Amino acid sequence: MVTTPVLLLLTTVVTIRPFADSSLHSSMAASAVVRRLSSAPLHDHRLLRPFSTTGSESTITVETSVPFTGHKIDPPSRSVETTPFELLSFFRDMSLMRRMEIAADSLYKSKLIRGFCHLYDGQESIAIGLEAAITKKDAIITAYRDHCIYLGRGGTLVESFAELMGRRAGCSKGKGGSMHFYKKESGFFGGHGIVGAQVPLGCGLAFAQKYLKEGTVSFALYGDGAANQGQLFEALNISALWDLPAILVCENNHYGMGTAEWRSSKSPAYYKRGDYVPGLKVDGMDVLAVKQASKFAKEYALKNGPIILEMDTYRYHGHSMSDPGSTYRTRDEISGVRQERDPIERIRKLLLSHEIATVSDLKDIEKEVRKEVEEAIAQAKENLMPDPSELFTNVYVKGFGVEVSGNASDVSFGADRKEVKAILP
Amino acid sequence: MAMALRALGRRISHSDRFFSSLSEAAKPPSDGKLINLFTAINQALHIALDTDPRSYVFGEDVRFGGVFRCTTGLTDKFGRDRVFNTPLCEQGIIGFAIGLAAMGNRAIAEIQFADYIYPAFDQIVNEAAKFRYRSGNEFNCGGLTVRSPYGAVGHGGHYHSQSPESFFCHVPGLKVVIPRSPRQAKGLLLSCIRDPNPVIFFEPKLLYRLSVEEVPEDDYMLPLSEAEVIRQGSDITLIGWGAQLSILEQACDAAAKEGISCELIDLKTLIPWDKETVESSVRKTGKLLISHEAPVTGGFGAEISASIVERCFLRLEAPIARVCGLDTPFPLVYEQFYLPTMNKILDAIKATVKY
Repeated sequence: MVTTPVLLLLTTVVTIRPFADSSLHSSMAASAVVRRLSSAPLHDHRLLRPFSTTGSESTITVETSVPFTGHKIDPPSRSVETTPFELLSFFRDMSLMRRMEIAADSLYKSKLIRGFCHLYDGQESIAIGLEAAITKKDAIITAYRDHCIYLGRGGTLVESFAELMGRRAGCSKGKGGSMHFYKKESGFFGGHGIVGAQVPLGCGLAFAQKYLKEGTVSFALYGDGAANQGQLFEALNISALWDLPAILVCENNHYGMGTAEWRSSKSPAYYKRGDYVPGLKVDGMDVLAVKQASKFAKEYALKNGPIILEMDTYRYHGHSMSDPGSTYRTRDEISGVRQERDPIERIRKLLLSHEIATVSDLKDIEKEVRKEVEEAIAQAKENLMPDPSELFTNVYVKGFGVEVSGNASDVSFGADRKEVKAILP
Repeated sequence: MAMALRALGRRISHSDRFFSSLSEAAKPPSDGKLINLFTAINQALHIALDTDPRSYVFGEDVRFGGVFRCTTGLTDKFGRDRVFNTPLCEQGIIGFAIGLAAMGNRAIAEIQFADYIYPAFDQIVNEAAKFRYRSGNEFNCGGLTVRSPYGAVGHGGHYHSQSPESFFCHVPGLKVVIPRSPRQAKGLLLSCIRDPNPVIFFEPKLLYRLSVEEVPEDDYMLPLSEAEVIRQGSDITLIGWGAQLSILEQACDAAAKEGISCELIDLKTLIPWDKETVESSVRKTGKLLISHEAPVTGGFGAEISASIVERCFLRLEAPIARVCGLDTPFPLVYEQFYLPTMNKILDAIKATVKY
């Protein structure tokens, strides 16, 4: 129960962070606390790790924007418990993701990022809400719109930007690019280009987890476009048959590239597509709803097998940077969603209405986030491109099987492979 | 009429201007406008739908014109019943197309990028290619044409740059056709659509806007399974297809400066391929170099190499050179190292000639 916000915040600080600075003037308390909270784990530009709610912290109960709709399952309650710290961390982390995506947009336009770049802004609440409900031992696998999921799994900004720009400090050593971010130690299995191909993979991860008996689950994320791929239904059937702890999350942003969902799918109720597999429809723009649904799904999957979560969300950018995003939808629609349903704005309103932070506190956080992103970009820009010999590494284990004659960068196939070499331009 | 068209086609194709301005044969006056590759393909599709009321064009996002503008204007002219979008399911698209073709229609299916063709691989290889054979000619899906953009484009990365032609060249019952320029594309595509066998038509996506040529506006077809000698030479035969031909042309020019006269052949149809033309050229020059973007091991160059060795063993004066993509997945930042560039080809030409 929130009585005196500042006092409680101090109390919260004392509980969570024993090293908190206690000399805080009351009016500056919130902002200083926030700054203190946010500066501590961020020297390496990571996200705040949301703490799970434990006894002595103050909890706030918030209702989700809309109730959940269930398919062959009783939906969880709309009342979600959270803490001021968690809400602040949501705000900060989503702002970081938003800023990163916008920065990636301008980097792409200045041709520092090449190839393909699929941006996630508007959908941040899914990445954050998911992380709030699970551990790093649970696995996540997604398609190519993966920058923010990577960040959510503990990736750093520098690694992200370096990978986007193809530098060697990137999370995939610069060899993957925007569509192929991975993080093994946090159970993030990437980053896949072919639409729908990651879903059977995700169910396979769940299969392994069932053997490991560690109480972990796999989340296989896919879009509304991928929902019509045949392999998805194959994976669903197998998961249901063998009771795998697989959670299929359809991030329904209503457009598969340029095709609206009602034009591609006979039944756009993707949460019902599982037929014999239960499903839940969630407002994906409400981070607390996502958190509640993910928690519920994890508990369900560990006991009973697969479940589908349909996240009703929206992407502000086009499908990728080559798509203006306005030829198949109106600008009014985009700005309408931005006004009514923006995930960051929702949390901002919550924070302000519960007096956890002031307007200027939140602006400070945003400024700080901006600065962090800029620093990370500067650092990533200085990084080098990978060595040309990396072209041949990791095709098989330790380069075995790929023919390289002499110096790795002088390769040609001519009349006599052993002697002909070409100096590359 | 067909013979005259074919002769006309051959005459036009011998002297077309492509990338280089050093074409040797004189150019006959050609009655066409300068257009690029996607416009030529668009014209071919317009003609195909016009001339056969039972032909259909479909694929992902084709209605608004397609991601490469190849299908612009088709829906407006022919209606949604004949030009329509499919959901995102390649296996479904091709299976559906095969069924449509089995009922005697011309199904022109588009796979948005050749990299995405693999979910449909089973349908193409097991259903389409073998349909006539296994039904004892009772049924066939000859009306099937699969169009797909392929090849490197500079920034495509792993999944927007692949050249999967060799997978399909391994399947008897299919035809694989790859044009090198707008005029070729229009004529070849019309031939593919009207060919009574299932055909996969790979379009070099790099050339969609880049390659501009005079293309006749009328309906004309170019013969399938006929390779074309686009440059005469005496020292070495070079073979390629699609976008790689422009690189080969540049290598020819560079080699000419060093006194090597290269004969350049565009294979056009990969299966069934024109062994006679290639063989007669190799009998003339005694040396062969094949170049393609796909990885060298198991690429189609291997088939050409093996067949020519069988036919011309005693005539060959040097091992057959293959300058192809490397045996790695198509890389993201290393594209220029991976691709068979002009320098690599030039080096191989010189090494082969001096063998």
